[in-house]
Amino acid sequence: MIHTEYLSKKFNDFLAVDQVNLDVKSGEVLALLGPNGAGKTTTLRMLTSVLRPTMGSAHVAGYDVVTQAAEVRASVGILTEQHGLYGRMNAEEYLDFFGQIYHMEAATRRKRTNELLEQYGLAGERKRRIGEYSKGMRQKLALARALFHNPPVLLMDEPTSAMDPESARLVRDAIHGLRSANRAIIICTHNLPEAEELADKIAIIHQGRIIISGEVKELKTQLLGSPQFEIRLGTTIDDIDHALPDVVTQTGQGPDWLRYQTENPMLANPLVIQSFVKNDIPIVGLSEVPRSLEKVYLQAINTIEDDDRSAERVGHSPSGGEDQHAG
Amino acid sequence: MLDKIRPALIITSRELRDQLRDWRIVFPITVLTLFFPFLANFTTRQILGFVQKYGANLLADRFIPFLLMIVGFFPISISLVIALESFAGETERRSIEPLLSSPLTDGQLYLGKLLASLLTPLIASYLGMIVYLIGIYRTTSWRAEPMFIVLIILLTTVQALVMVSGAVVISTQTTSVRAANLLASFIIIPVALLIQVESVMMLWADYRVLWWVVLAQVILVGLLVRMGITHLNREELLGHELDTLNLRWMWKVFRVQFIGSAHSVWDWYRREIPLTLRRMLIPIGWMTLLLVAATYLGAIQVNDLGVSPGTFGLDRLKIIDTQILKQFRQFGFFSAGNVLTIWWHNLRAVSIAVILGTFTLGVAGALVLMLPMVIIGFFTGAASLTGLSTLTVLSAFTLPHGLLEIPAIILSGAAILQVGASLVTPYQRQTIGEGLVSSITDWAKITLALVIPLFLGAAFLEVFISPQLMVRLLGGG
Repeated sequence: MIHTEYLSKKFNDFLAVDQVNLDVKSGEVLALLGPNGAGKTTTLRMLTSVLRPTMGSAHVAGYDVVTQAAEVRASVGILTEQHGLYGRMNAEEYLDFFGQIYHMEAATRRKRTNELLEQYGLAGERKRRIGEYSKGMRQKLALARALFHNPPVLLMDEPTSAMDPESARLVRDAIHGLRSANRAIIICTHNLPEAEELADKIAIIHQGRIIISGEVKELKTQLLGSPQFEIRLGTTIDDIDHALPDVVTQTGQGPDWLRYQTENPMLANPLVIQSFVKNDIPIVGLSEVPRSLEKVYLQAINTIEDDDRSAERVGHSPSGGEDQHAG
Repeated sequence: MLDKIRPALIITSRELRDQLRDWRIVFPITVLTLFFPFLANFTTRQILGFVQKYGANLLADRFIPFLLMIVGFFPISISLVIALESFAGETERRSIEPLLSSPLTDGQLYLGKLLASLLTPLIASYLGMIVYLIGIYRTTSWRAEPMFIVLIILLTTVQALVMVSGAVVISTQTTSVRAANLLASFIIIPVALLIQVESVMMLWADYRVLWWVVLAQVILVGLLVRMGITHLNREELLGHELDTLNLRWMWKVFRVQFIGSAHSVWDWYRREIPLTLRRMLIPIGWMTLLLVAATYLGAIQVNDLGVSPGTFGLDRLKIIDTQILKQFRQFGFFSAGNVLTIWWHNLRAVSIAVILGTFTLGVAGALVLMLPMVIIGFFTGAASLTGLSTLTVLSAFTLPHGLLEIPAIILSGAAILQVGASLVTPYQRQTIGEGLVSSITDWAKITLALVIPLFLGAAFLEVFISPQLMVRLLGGG
């Protein structure tokens, strides 16, 4: 549904997006992560045919972003970072205005307005001026606008930035509801827990380059190593003389707990349990040690910055690296 | 066709609804439409009463149409504010981004906003003029000629179009209303000057000049609309660094294009200058045509102004003799110092043309360079009245220095026109900044490589050779 190859954008002599490769299929949600100024918004703008790529190509919903710009724009719904609503209009007028721009029939526009305002809890506020809306209500209305023409591709730029936790939760719940077999979604954010919650796949963009991408689970393994498990015991460790099976590596120890790492938990975990049970050591619990996406992100960014520094030291350009294929 | 315009009308309709909900627009428009015509009416009656006391009825007759123009102008002045807000305001609030991400074309967006900025002030202006005319008719029985009404309506409409289309161009180059307001003086000052000229013409009752003013403004609107559509594009509007003067980048682009792939000065002349000249073929063609037209225009003025052979003492050209060379010497000819004076004078004229061209899309620059040819045409025409051959007179005035000077003028004018054209021509792969810097680089290359040396050569010929040739051609001495 969204496919880019070596997509690049240069503003004067500043390379904002550098050879980005993305592939997002129908039914998938991709989170594009990266610090401010990494190139997320520029990438989205190229995918909506608002900015023209300097190099490379992109296809959205089967259309080329350069030669079929009108078709691309008709197929994309975009939620911009600043929602850009018209404060003197009411929600009904606003949605109807965009429906007209997308060439929708009057009856369809009315139906869609009712559906979306109802869905996002704005039906009771439909006649109120948008200027009087709270931030959360505005964001929901902007989301309704992005979805109004039922686009197969949805692009969201910082959908919950600068929102209070309650409003952010409302918007996140709304995004959950947008997953569909026929829709591809890209969310740009630097809110990592949000990305982990909403996305199937993530791609980390840094200085215009995709530095790493894939499923969250895969990336954790790739960057942080094998998963870690913690086993809690019904007795103190000092009282026991017990060694873990060879298939795992012990990584930590507390008064009544042990941590270990394994590449194959399906095989290793039953063996660990078995070994304790065999020795009559009571087990209180066994759980995977949570590893946040934040760690993955920081690890990826640190690695690339270290690489860049080393490259600079030996006199190479830091941006001449490998291209990653996201998605 | 209607399908293409419909999206623009959707934008217009939304904007109009928005305007009518904004008291900052509704209040002044209402006051200017309803109150000001009554005030103008009252003022007219007072002035009529005053001037008629002294029998100056002519002044009274001129004052009524003048105030009609002013009544029409006041409401349209708001169109500038609406247009700046409509474009720069939307960019600043980022409400433009959802529109840019929609299937609307750049042209539809432009047209929609242009109409929205024009309609309210123009309707208010027409209503104001109607109210004023009815009031005047009821109090003084003054009735306007139908053609005068057409003239005033056209004048008001094109003036509004000039302001709005100019405001769009300004808005596309700014990211905030504040910056747009600062740049708006580029519209306000020329329009204020124009209104003063129009006022003088109104009081003078020289309506023929006002028709020319309408025509000139129609041409200007054409240029500004083209420029607006060219620059009202998604890429420009969402540019982050529009307000930032990036001298480093400009210098880099200039330097790269100026040097090109040349390795030495000779290589630069051999490879880069022909390439630049090839890029400038169209403006060179235009400039040549303009100079020919200027010479012809100058020549036909002789008949229009009723010049006779004795008017400028040109009949004495026939008795020119070698004694005149002494007089030339007294004027400083045949001296190296005068070469530099003439050279400097020509360079100064070109510099003035460049400065004027910068503000007028190259037009005023080209006009300045046409001026010497108008004068040459005029004097050739006048001298030919004495019975001398036109070709002989033209040759006497222009040869041999003209062989270098005229190409220098053509090249210089072409480079200035190209700078202006770069602002109104859409480039697929270039932003307005890149296009402008490129054309300025071409101008610098041509000026340095050809115009300056050609003018120097021309000045040398003009000082040492031309007077002698003139004497030979005209006096036969």
